[in-house]
Amino acid sequence: MPKLKTLEDLKRVRDEAQQALKTRLDTGTTITVGMGTCGIAAGARETMHAVLDELAKRQIDAHVTTVGCIGQCVKEPLVDIEQAGQPRITYANVRPDMVSRLIDEHLIKGQPVAEWIVGKM
Amino acid sequence: MRELALHILDILQNAVEAGATRVALVIVEDVPTDRLVITVRDNGRGMDAQTLAQVTQPFFTSRTTRHVGLGLPLFAAAAERADGQLTIRSQPGVGTTVDVTFTLSHPDRQPLGDMTGTLLAFLLSERTPQLDYQHRVVREGASSVEETDFSFDTADISAALAGLPLTHPAVAQWLAEFLAEGEAELTHVA
Ligand SMILES: Nc1ncnc2c1ncn2[C@@H]1O[C@H](COP(=O)(O)OP(=O)(O)O)[C@@H](O)[C@H]1O
Ligand SMILES: [Mg+2]
Repeated sequence: MPKLKTLEDLKRVRDEAQQALKTRLDTGTTITVGMGTCGIAAGARETMHAVLDELAKRQIDAHVTTVGCIGQCVKEPLVDIEQAGQPRITYANVRPDMVSRLIDEHLIKGQPVAEWIVGKM
Repeated sequence: MRELALHILDILQNAVEAGATRVALVIVEDVPTDRLVITVRDNGRGMDAQTLAQVTQPFFTSRTTRHVGLGLPLFAAAAERADGQLTIRSQPGVGTTVDVTFTLSHPDRQPLGDMTGTLLAFLLSERTPQLDYQHRVVREGASSVEETDFSFDTADISAALAGLPLTHPAVAQWLAEFLAEGEAELTHVA
């Protein structure tokens, strides 16, 4: 049963994650990708893939999550980056090929990409 | 939208927006009958008869942030182009079922596309309902019909995670691999 095998795998993933959490409590980064109709049509799912791949490649621990329509269709795909103690920053029209620079400058160098920002909260 | 998996993601989002706590998604690619059937069932707030009657018309929406509803009419149009149809049944307070059919071999049928990406985008939502997923492929074998399937219930996944969120980086990575592996095991038609 391959399925059982993978659920066993998942339990191992869980145990490792819980161990890691004990030693490092400040992962504190969440990246949110808008996934309403307009976002989906504008390629938000591919943008999400690119974000996940880039984070894995650079071994950055961040949570990636999706939300429904937030009513700014022409700005989709919208990507929000929230870090502990920092303002929440929203980027517009984020295509997969923009993700690498976004992660590099915002998350690694700590300098948000000013020209792509549409909102701060 | 260029692939059916994107329409499916959009319908799944409707279920999330309707406050569903449980969603069932069934995809059947049936070569002997030349049909592709996609069913999304949710236990969200449902729709009254009046809303239901309007909902497949372009530009109807109950949302207030934006006054254009497109998801369902777009999916219906995709089905109709491939000699199929989209039907919705719904009951207020009970839930909604969206059934979409296609002629599998129709030249104008869009490809199913990246189901792994669609499932991942759904499972990483802020409020993820429990998902019961089943994807079956039925084809003619040498002497009888052969069936392969990939199915899972996120209840089993959540139980194994014991409180760790699906969005945890290590879990998201496991999910991506689990979904890609499961979908790859199916010998696709669509
Ligand atoms: N699963 C569902 N449960 C309850 N209501 C739904 C569901 N799917 C669609 N609806 C209703 O139909 C409307 C139109 O849906 P849709 O065509 O996807 O456009 P949108 O989601 O942009 O409003 C929604 O605003 C909602 O009122
Ligand atoms: Mg919708």
